[in-house]
Amino acid sequence: MSHNKRTGEIHVPVLARVEGEGALDIRIQAGRIEELRLRIFEPPRLFEKLLEGRSTQDVIDSVARICGICPVAYQMSAVTAIESILGVTPTPWVEAMRRVMYCGEWLQSHSLHIHLLAAPDFLGYDSAPAMARDYPDEVRRGLRLQGLGNEIIGTFGGRSVHPVGICPGGFFHAPDAATMQALRERLTEGLDEARELIAWVASLPLPEDDQDFVSVSLRHAHDYPITAGRIVSDQGLDIAPEDFEQHFREFQVPYSTALHAQLDGHPYLVGPLARINNNLDRLPADLKRLLDDCGVHFPSRNMFHSIVARAVEIHVALGEALRLTEDYDPAAEPHVETPAQAGIGFGCTEAPRGILWHRYALDEQARVLEAQIVPPTSQNQARMEEDLAASLTRLGLERDDDALRLHGEMVIRNYDPCISCATHFLDFHATRD
Amino acid sequence: MTNENHRARIAVHKFSSCDGCQLAFLNLGEPLLTLAETVDILHFAEAGPIDEEAEVDIAFVEGSVATSQDAARLRGIRERSRFLVTIGACATAGGIQALRNLHDTDVWVSGVYAQPEHIDLLADSTPIAETVKVDLELWGCPVSGEQVLGATKALLAGHLPRIDHSAVCMECKRQQAVCVMVAQGRPCMGPVTSTGCGAICPRWQRDCYACYGPAVQANVSALATHLADAGMPADEVARRLLFINGHAEPFRGEGLDWQARVIQRSGSEGEQG
Repeated sequence: MSHNKRTGEIHVPVLARVEGEGALDIRIQAGRIEELRLRIFEPPRLFEKLLEGRSTQDVIDSVARICGICPVAYQMSAVTAIESILGVTPTPWVEAMRRVMYCGEWLQSHSLHIHLLAAPDFLGYDSAPAMARDYPDEVRRGLRLQGLGNEIIGTFGGRSVHPVGICPGGFFHAPDAATMQALRERLTEGLDEARELIAWVASLPLPEDDQDFVSVSLRHAHDYPITAGRIVSDQGLDIAPEDFEQHFREFQVPYSTALHAQLDGHPYLVGPLARINNNLDRLPADLKRLLDDCGVHFPSRNMFHSIVARAVEIHVALGEALRLTEDYDPAAEPHVETPAQAGIGFGCTEAPRGILWHRYALDEQARVLEAQIVPPTSQNQARMEEDLAASLTRLGLERDDDALRLHGEMVIRNYDPCISCATHFLDFHATRD
Repeated sequence: MTNENHRARIAVHKFSSCDGCQLAFLNLGEPLLTLAETVDILHFAEAGPIDEEAEVDIAFVEGSVATSQDAARLRGIRERSRFLVTIGACATAGGIQALRNLHDTDVWVSGVYAQPEHIDLLADSTPIAETVKVDLELWGCPVSGEQVLGATKALLAGHLPRIDHSAVCMECKRQQAVCVMVAQGRPCMGPVTSTGCGAICPRWQRDCYACYGPAVQANVSALATHLADAGMPADEVARRLLFINGHAEPFRGEGLDWQARVIQRSGSEGEQG
């Protein structure tokens, strides 16, 4: 093996601190990456088939089980599609409270990712409990924010993992005013912690690694996009969710149980960085000022700024939850009745990891004929492979295996891949011939 | 189990699942840090530590057996673990993905993947206990922090925890929740479903859908007959039973029985026509 024209293989057989099971294999030939595979081997659970014949409520209760970390996102994309088929428009109260509940999931998922999965990398620890010995206040602040997110979800859904509150037409249950008041007090405290979190995350030693990529997200007429909007890119795409299949294509690669996706034949990015890149003008003014002072500038081409984008979105989530519950009054009727009706409908919402697209065909009894689900992690797979090849080459392929492996895992964690969602997890292998 | 020489060792393993039951640990907050200070967490990929080969006192297992590799991996875990504890519906009852056991899995795989030959998937999704001996089963979709922490504390103190498998109805009475079956006529599974969730669904004014599995001495047949008498078509009664814990008896047997009634009836209607 030559020292500067390296040849060989690197394997990461189990990627730590990601959700689900996957691996990374790299083959290096004469100092160049010849093959790079983000191998996802988590067994598929075939949700699209097991939904067939099920009622709309069964769909909402089933799709939560695709992902323990973002069940609310699955329920919201599904209920949006279902209501469009049934011809039901939820009340403004329901729309507002669904957005609050979704904010809870962003808060929970982003806090978990920042503190338990990503931050230990930048500070040289292998886990959050290890990091907590030296950064006790920061880790505890993160766990509190995560807990607050879970509390919001539980307020509307009874529990934070696989909540039970959503039904076609609205919610089964409206939280009472006293519960909401108590929650709002803790959200207000959380908002101060979110400001400190943004400053802390922006001060972490994040690598410089600018790359070209296409950012894809929802865009809403006036809000930062969460539960609704058109699908846009920073390259001029602007389509309704029902036109998704005309531009985006899912395809299978032999080494992954998660389907890959391309936009007009090219990889693209979804998730917090893409959202913030496309929706800077939808951030509240005070948050924009805070961002200007923190030294990280958006739109950003550096995927390592994803962790900052997550911290910013934690602030967005808390701010929105407070704004939407300011004059909270429990709805006497938290849901409207829904007729059974046949048809085809689409739902696209911003899961913590990016756009989550659903399509359903229902029969005249409103039972599922066909279901199609495109999760964010499958959409990011091709972009992750492209990023890994560029980022590892820039780091220097002559570095030792451990350095390449660690950097590779850090790059992957920027995307917060949810492999259980995409079907699936991470194991790193590099071969040098 | 713990003595001066040896801190208790724990592992959390994942098979086919949504990761939601591991969150019972990751969502603990402060008690997660306390746990990490009290025991050695040797394998828990999502939290960081990876040592699948480690010998441990307690192995928590999430997920169902679903691929050709799983049984061998599971036997290894069993050999290296003093107590093996399943967490959640997938590990304990095969999970919602066990619905494929009632269908032709090859057809389902071909329905999702263009090249099904690259997909390693067993025809059936099965609970951990169908492959190895399990010391403690924690039911629920998902399990809660109290369940996993309670089990950890009990096992480290050297005994199995006492788990209440009475029906959700009992919990509703304790919580003074209004019965959604009596008051609203909802097809509640509470009479045959184990408590453990805190009767969330009835307290949220909806019917229980059996995510904590069968209650002890559940009279599933009587409930199914009641649902049918109240006007629910047989195919819907079957779907009610064959859901998140549909691979668990007596839900499975009774569900298949109601499914067969649909087939028989449509068959006889066909003859008449």
